[in-house]
Amino acid sequence: MFKRSFAFLSLLVIASIALTACGSSTPATQAADSGSPATSGNVIKIASQSPLSGDQSVIGVDIKNGAQLAIDQLSGPLKDMGFTIQLAPYDDMANPDNGVANAKQIVADPAIMCVDGHYNSGVQIPSSEVYHSAGLANVSPANTNPTVTTRGYAEVNRIVGRDDVQGVVGADFAASKGVKSVYVMHDKTAYGQGIAEFFQQEAKAKGLEVLGFEGTEEKANFDPIITSIIAANPEAVYFGGMFSQAAVMFKQARDRGYEGMFISDDGFDSSDAAKIAGDTLMAGAGTFYSTVSGPAAAYADTAKFVTDFKAAFNHDPQPFAAQSYDSAAICLAAIQNAIKANNNQMPTREAVAKAVRELKDFKGITGVYNFNSIGDPVVAKYFVIQVMSGDPAQWSANEIVQTLDIAPPAP
Amino acid sequence: MKKYLKPINLMELLRPLGQLIVFSLGSAAVLSIIVLALAIVLNNTAAGDKIFAQLKVSLFAYTVANLPQVLVDGLTLGFVYAAIALGYTMVYGVLEFINFAHSEIFAIGAFVGVEILIALQNAGLIGSGSSLFMDYVFLILAMLAGMAVAGGAAIAMERIAYRPLRNAPRLVPLISAIGVSFFLQDAIRLTESLTTGQFNRIFPTFGNFDKRITFGKIPMGAAELPFSVPIKSFIVIIAAVLMLVVLNYLVNATKVGKAIRAVAQDRATASLMGIDVNHIIAITFLIGGALGGAAGLLYALKFTRIDPYVGFYPGLKAFTAAVLGGIGNLTGALLGGIILGLLETFAGSYLSIFTMGAAGVEYKDIFAFAILILVLIFRPNGLLGENVTEKV
Amino acid sequence: MSNLSFKDLKTTMQSGYLPYLLAGAHVLIGTILVYLNQRSIIAFLVLLSSFFSLYRIKADMRYKLFIGAVLALIIIPVLGVRNIFYLEVIFQISVFSALALGLNIVVGFAGLLDLGYVAFYAVGAYLWAFFGSKQFYTLPYTPGSQPTDLPFLLPSDMFYLFIFLAVIVAAITGILLGLPVLRVRGDYLAIVTLGFGEVIRVLAANLDKPLNFTNGPQGITPIQRPPMPQSVVDGFNAIFGKLVGHQADVSALYNVMFYLMALGIIVIIIIVSRRLEDSKIGRAWAAVREDETAAIAMGIPLVKTKLSAFAAGASFAGAMGVLLAASRTFISPESFSFMQSIGVLAMVILGGQGSIPGAVLGAATITILNLQVLQGLSLYLSQLRQSDAVIPIINFAWKNLSSQLDPAQYQRMIFGLILVLMMVFRPEGILPAQRRIKKLASESAPNKE
Repeated sequence: MFKRSFAFLSLLVIASIALTACGSSTPATQAADSGSPATSGNVIKIASQSPLSGDQSVIGVDIKNGAQLAIDQLSGPLKDMGFTIQLAPYDDMANPDNGVANAKQIVADPAIMCVDGHYNSGVQIPSSEVYHSAGLANVSPANTNPTVTTRGYAEVNRIVGRDDVQGVVGADFAASKGVKSVYVMHDKTAYGQGIAEFFQQEAKAKGLEVLGFEGTEEKANFDPIITSIIAANPEAVYFGGMFSQAAVMFKQARDRGYEGMFISDDGFDSSDAAKIAGDTLMAGAGTFYSTVSGPAAAYADTAKFVTDFKAAFNHDPQPFAAQSYDSAAICLAAIQNAIKANNNQMPTREAVAKAVRELKDFKGITGVYNFNSIGDPVVAKYFVIQVMSGDPAQWSANEIVQTLDIAPPAP
Repeated sequence: MKKYLKPINLMELLRPLGQLIVFSLGSAAVLSIIVLALAIVLNNTAAGDKIFAQLKVSLFAYTVANLPQVLVDGLTLGFVYAAIALGYTMVYGVLEFINFAHSEIFAIGAFVGVEILIALQNAGLIGSGSSLFMDYVFLILAMLAGMAVAGGAAIAMERIAYRPLRNAPRLVPLISAIGVSFFLQDAIRLTESLTTGQFNRIFPTFGNFDKRITFGKIPMGAAELPFSVPIKSFIVIIAAVLMLVVLNYLVNATKVGKAIRAVAQDRATASLMGIDVNHIIAITFLIGGALGGAAGLLYALKFTRIDPYVGFYPGLKAFTAAVLGGIGNLTGALLGGIILGLLETFAGSYLSIFTMGAAGVEYKDIFAFAILILVLIFRPNGLLGENVTEKV
Repeated sequence: MSNLSFKDLKTTMQSGYLPYLLAGAHVLIGTILVYLNQRSIIAFLVLLSSFFSLYRIKADMRYKLFIGAVLALIIIPVLGVRNIFYLEVIFQISVFSALALGLNIVVGFAGLLDLGYVAFYAVGAYLWAFFGSKQFYTLPYTPGSQPTDLPFLLPSDMFYLFIFLAVIVAAITGILLGLPVLRVRGDYLAIVTLGFGEVIRVLAANLDKPLNFTNGPQGITPIQRPPMPQSVVDGFNAIFGKLVGHQADVSALYNVMFYLMALGIIVIIIIVSRRLEDSKIGRAWAAVREDETAAIAMGIPLVKTKLSAFAAGASFAGAMGVLLAASRTFISPESFSFMQSIGVLAMVILGGQGSIPGAVLGAATITILNLQVLQGLSLYLSQLRQSDAVIPIINFAWKNLSSQLDPAQYQRMIFGLILVLMMVFRPEGILPAQRRIKKLASESAPNKE
């Protein structure tokens, strides 16, 4: 009995240590708010929200890292103006409950001026309701669901294309290549399904025959679907979703002897895709993907970003890390403008949100951005890129086969 | 010395092989008949018309032409499930509790094996230029290493998280197992991110595992469908069968196996008979863990990509398979695995055609669970589970 | 030896007027601390823990209820409007407490292991999400292609009716699930319920065709909230405006409203649970839990007993689902994953199976751990990393700490560790049910050789 109670006591001690440790965070935070001498000058924070734990953390952590890198590299001018910029990374666990709770915590911290966030549209939509009610600017690096901006909130912006545009780009490309029949697949996420639905609509409108439309959460075993694909023998297979599924599926389909064309979306743009599928991407009619972030060939900054990112975090950036970098950079630029407009004083949140919307031709590493009245990028450049090598190291040598400037649907 | 010279019990080696063949052929035949009957029924309905308009073949011809490939894919998947299910069922048989963390043991095996192979590839020992023989040797070595680490992890897990709970109420070790499962998922992730910085680990391309043996082409209307099986599917099936046979022999024809069975039947009496119960339970975990580890590498070989959370779904399916067959029963795990693998592949391949796209491949998991619930209604202890009277 | 003096201290603290004073002081100190340090986690925890000290003191029930009511109905809403994060935390604690209490009936009272409890929550949420949004009119459209100018199907005050409807619908779902699995025992039940939970989630993600019922993974939005008259907002500002320090807006008051509703549902659940536990059916549950075979022999109708447990547990989750859908105005299948079911189960086990205060405490502990403690810890670390701070003795600059060692990234690991330690060292939970204490004591006694 004694042993047990001792053990329980030690458990309590551990817990209380953990509590004290985080308790001590509180005075530090508050000291920072009131501009204590320790940090010298005014502290402005940019919050990031993404899944940092759980099985979607692979991408979520790099959204945070992208923002961190942007702050490390680009906050120089603000520092010169006497402001200290910090990142406050929040973990939404890909769960709306956590996302909303964090959003409320973010809103309650007056030092936070801008949110770079959310990977899951399912988390972004309820969380941004909170940002909206507090007038806090939100720049989304990854949410392609139309609802994100169609609500017309003045605070919510995104730098990625919308599902209803990117799906169309893929379908137009397939039509221009003379593809007559296509098999459409998606990953059963809001992102992948959205793109696939719009791909299907546009493909039908362009006279392509859609031989199948399937969604699957499966990450490994695509055999049953490939059986259907081989039987239907479409000229192209479209996958709306992330590389981690698409590349596995493409490889398995090639192994089974499918010779047609593979097309995917910007979730495919990762050198890991080549690591998974290797030379099978080059076989048959080849592999293409549409993206808003150009390859290194189009944007020299992208190559630098990859090098810097690798140096800082010891691994290749995952999809949306570069977009997150740009989102944070947009936040920084807007904060800077708002400070200037406010005679070098701490700006209000409303001023920052307004400054984000009013940014003109912001040149990021993934493109040049202007926002329209609902926060979509005015004209996004879409690239269709062909995979040129099965070697992951050569991923940046992939070639642009088509460049399109497309405006989002009218708000 | 004498006990090592005991003649090998041939019967115990042959019996599981016979069972395997009967189960595979039996369930394949039953499912094929059901699907073909459905195809005949639906042939003249809208579903049949749709497929005819698209591919210019009747629904029945479509079903027949695709059947061989579906059967082979289903069986391969079934053997993977069976190999994982063995670990669940071993532990359940002895301790009567669901070892939720078995799926992470599986993931550990996969990671250790794949990391070793990646290291070998970076060292230039496998990949282009290496001899086929050495490729297979290294594959087996990687698998053995995965089995060793996974088995060790299973023993450690038992010692730390389960042994103190031997006499606790039934739910307590289950929650502990869920805790261990979460812990291990993140432990793998932490290790990977501190060492390689990679989450997605890819099974290296080497040897002839990706090659396919073509058995010819099946005519379907004007088109021809290739029917081929990759070498790695054979490896998976052969390895799984070997594991089953060895395990069966171990449990049913050796002294340790006898002790395991005794502990499973009645722990208190077994200990009165001079059996070290803790020792036997540890051995059970070792065996179950090693099997899980081997299954992990087989999974990585077959499906290429693994991540720290890779164990969850296969683990869930294997667990379902074990329950379907009758948990605690080795043969049941085998049967359950095969049936589940076939069911999933059948559903994934045909559901969309039969329902005209209203329900597609995304329902294959629901389908598996629905069958499980149906089976449990009529056989509450699973297909081969004995109706054990509760120990009061 | 020291143990004895600790005991003495405990007895003095529990006698006379001292407990009244202590508990009152605890509430007061908590309130003042939170009022002065708007964003301090410690202050908030002090305030929240005063519920616990109120519960533990030996005092007149009326005193406890009065102070508790003042704390829950006035102090927390006012402080919550000052910092809506607190309101969100306490709202989530209430939601999860209600879920844990519901699951406690199934797992704790009747001993049926349910790994898919969140399915009933989803049933409730989707019920209001479908009828309380424009979804009915989008039935023929594929997700994303519907016109934007559709009307709402029902007026928003139907929300209240749907709370009751959800109770009924979820209970029926529980019975429908219970019927086929009745013959299944123990661990088989676990896998069947787990499967059921997955089935509901997959259905939610896939019922966007042939008719678009759930909008698939895109989720349903906007979902209506019950109406909030401007007079309520003005009234709140008139009374509490000075204390809050700024004018509360509608969204903050919605938060208060949903918190109060969740609180109301919890009170109902606690009363119902208490009454059920001591009723005939409650004793039947206990009998089935302790020994099914003996229970049948005693003439307890197994079917009815198990079904009623399922139905009772499910109905509460259904009601909370409606509340969730309205408070979030958005619902997608992601909210109803297996992890959620496990989370709620862990709350019940952590608090103590079959223990009503235990379920509430378990829910509070895990929610706070999730939302505040681990998050706060990692924010603090990240702040240290961005500063020039150095660990004094070993002269290690925080900047060099690998970002991979962020505690927020390993929440599941910490959660898992807590579960294991808890089970190994205190398997009966933090606040074990009275009956269970007796049972464990008598069980472990003969085993000691």
